[in-house]
Amino acid sequence: MADGAGPGRITLSGVILAALILVLIVASLYLFIAQPYWFPTLASEHGGRIDSLFMAVLVVSGIAFVIVQGALGYFVARYGENANERASYWHDNPKAEAFLLIGTAVILTVLVFMGQRVWASIYFSDAPTNATIVEITGEQFAWNFHYAGPDGQFGRTDTKLITQTNTIGLDRDDPAAKDDVLSIGVMHAPVGKPVRVRLRSKDVIHSFFLPNFRMKQDAVPGMGIEVWFTPTKAGQYEVACAELCGLGHYRMKAALTVDESQDAFNKWLAEAGK
Amino acid sequence: MSESHAAAHGHHELGFIRKYIFSTDHKIIGLQYMITAMAMAVVGGLLSMLMRYQLAWPTTLSPNMAKLFPTAFAGGIMAPEFYISLVTMHGTIMVFFLFTAVLTGGFGNFLIPLQIGARDMAFPFLNALSYWIFLVSCVVIFSALFVTTGAPMGGWTSYAPLSALPAAAPGQGTGVTLWVIAIALFSASGLMGGLNYITTILTMRTRGLSMMRLPLTQWSLLITSVLGLLAFPVLLGAAILLMFDRVGGTSFFVPAGVIMNGIAVDHSGGHPLLWQHLFWFFGHPEVYIVVLPAMGMASDILSTFCRKPIFSYRMMVYSMVSIAALSFIVWGHHMFVSGMNPFLGSVFTLTTLLIAVPSAVKTFNWLGTVWGARIRFTAAGLFSIGFVSMFVSGGLSGIFLGTSAADIQLQDTYFVVAHFHLVMAIAPLFAAFAGLYFWFPKMFGRFMNEGLGKLHFWLTFIGAYCVFFPMHILGIGGQMRRIYDPTQYTFLIPQQPVNVFITYSAFVLGAAQIIFILNFFVSIFAGKRAMENNPWQATTLEWTVPCPTGHGNFPEELPVVYRWPFDYSVPGEKEDFVPQSVPATVMTKH
Repeated sequence: MADGAGPGRITLSGVILAALILVLIVASLYLFIAQPYWFPTLASEHGGRIDSLFMAVLVVSGIAFVIVQGALGYFVARYGENANERASYWHDNPKAEAFLLIGTAVILTVLVFMGQRVWASIYFSDAPTNATIVEITGEQFAWNFHYAGPDGQFGRTDTKLITQTNTIGLDRDDPAAKDDVLSIGVMHAPVGKPVRVRLRSKDVIHSFFLPNFRMKQDAVPGMGIEVWFTPTKAGQYEVACAELCGLGHYRMKAALTVDESQDAFNKWLAEAGK
Repeated sequence: MSESHAAAHGHHELGFIRKYIFSTDHKIIGLQYMITAMAMAVVGGLLSMLMRYQLAWPTTLSPNMAKLFPTAFAGGIMAPEFYISLVTMHGTIMVFFLFTAVLTGGFGNFLIPLQIGARDMAFPFLNALSYWIFLVSCVVIFSALFVTTGAPMGGWTSYAPLSALPAAAPGQGTGVTLWVIAIALFSASGLMGGLNYITTILTMRTRGLSMMRLPLTQWSLLITSVLGLLAFPVLLGAAILLMFDRVGGTSFFVPAGVIMNGIAVDHSGGHPLLWQHLFWFFGHPEVYIVVLPAMGMASDILSTFCRKPIFSYRMMVYSMVSIAALSFIVWGHHMFVSGMNPFLGSVFTLTTLLIAVPSAVKTFNWLGTVWGARIRFTAAGLFSIGFVSMFVSGGLSGIFLGTSAADIQLQDTYFVVAHFHLVMAIAPLFAAFAGLYFWFPKMFGRFMNEGLGKLHFWLTFIGAYCVFFPMHILGIGGQMRRIYDPTQYTFLIPQQPVNVFITYSAFVLGAAQIIFILNFFVSIFAGKRAMENNPWQATTLEWTVPCPTGHGNFPEELPVVYRWPFDYSVPGEKEDFVPQSVPATVMTKH
């Protein structure tokens, strides 16, 4: 292809730029392989599938990154201007172009299907019937957790009944509401059992973010959105708001305790209901 | 046209005000856009420095800052509402008032008639009007910074109901009203510009300049203008609806039952996701409104300094057209976890990864251009190479975010911040710098200082990577966007050193831009004079006219074009470049 062209000159600028690109490649390999900072500890069932998907995309895009940046660095080091010779005059190569185009499309299609398997497993499956159900209402700047209590029936809520203490407007006259548990900023769930979450918002859009559980879902006023997940590790976790919701957005957090057993969870629920 | 002919032949001189202030000359309007956008960039950049300061040392008391900003740093610590207004204003200023303005308004105006062999735009008055409306929108958005109740706080995306209800945050009153007015004016100005560019490129090309002989800069500006013409009306419409919700008592974006600060809001029947659909239906094409001209300019400049034709011109054009078409059907990837039907998530994943194909094609073609080149490492050439590197780094992270399931964790984290800054801020910034160093002699008849230009490149290249690359890691660690104090969360505390590192790097990156600004303004008056028409030995038509170029652009007859714009290092030719206006002497095949 490079007919008539000599070897080019190695220039200082070319070498410096190539060296910087090399540093970039080495640094990114270190960050993504040695992982000095990485995902928060995984604590949910579907989260493993998300992490594997991330790793698959990382391998594909990492290889592309190293090849493309590496080639760019090599070319700039190698092909500096040389007074005595000219650049190669070639500007089309239909076979190579078709190969790269189809190759890229095939790789991306594979990623689409891998990704959609995971997406479908999270969103296109109903929560198992034994799931713990929590109604979660976001507001500026707190998370309200509402449990049905022993009767399994959620009491009626009405925005007109909202007060400083009854933050979700639970109708205490409704028999189903008698044993309901309302907890502000503290959520519990038993380990190993699916949790079905119904998300609402009182005012603006919030986003229910459980970093350890690879779970994020916006809470939108006027909508009720359901998602579910299964905690796999007992412990203390943080709940964050991931959608800008006003000046207190940064402190709109809650604590999630994954209890070691159903009994421990029930005990907490009974305490919280008092 | 007859008037500009007369002016070109020096029959009458325009006064200073007609020539430089209320000018209808596309070159002056282009420079007005550029310098206004640069002033906005200084504001937007300084805001980001304050953001970085806060993110590195969120709880450190600073009496000095309190002296500097008595209200924002009352008690020596930044107020949280001040931080989110910084976020909002930085994003808004950079996306609209810097990048959209400088690339299409600035370079578009300056280059279109010069590169297509025309004496001016099709509608010079409309062109001037577009600039003046843009300037008013700049003044309005700038004034939003000084509203006593607070600057807008809804983010550059202004999601409803946060943006629709004045009670939602201190800045959501007058602050957001000014934001909406500025955006509406900006959209109107963009429409006037777009209409003008399309008409000019399609109808005013000189003899011989067929579409497939256009420089890629012109292709990119044409396609961008079409995108703008289709996308800006949607933003304008959304902004008007938002204004109705705010002041007219309508409920386009606010549903029933909203309780704000314990008080029931008198709205019903609206839907918050409607705003997101409208905003991103505009917003995603907007990304390409910024990126495409950057691609076009970087391609032409890269080829010039590689002394080698762009690899696969045809594919470069087709890929830009396909990116533009696809850009209208990918907006939902901003909304995977918004509550939109998850089936739509699958569709948008497919279209999003589809748009990665033409982007990859372009990357391969840039590599093909550098391969076997004879690179002249000028400041402009370096920035065009830097563009390719930044675009690749920023583009690849898009695959993670476009894959809906992986996006669940990454959405609204610093991974997204890293991605869009590299791909739609830093890469276009590099292309804009390349363009400024490259066309400066054509604009002002002088060169910018090359030594300082290279120093500016090295510091910017290193600084940009040190700022934005580690942000991927913060995002993987879960750090949310737009939070005032990451150390509120236990899980984010271990990675706080990364925030400190990014902040120091941002200060270096910011300081490096002072070199550029000094170089730019001093060179206008004291730079080395450009004695020849074509100092870079380039091929396109603007290099056949004097530096700087007079009114009417072409002193004699309009040029005739005989070839494509990439005849570099043609075997058998005397020079290693053949301008487009040189008749074919040697048979060359494209």
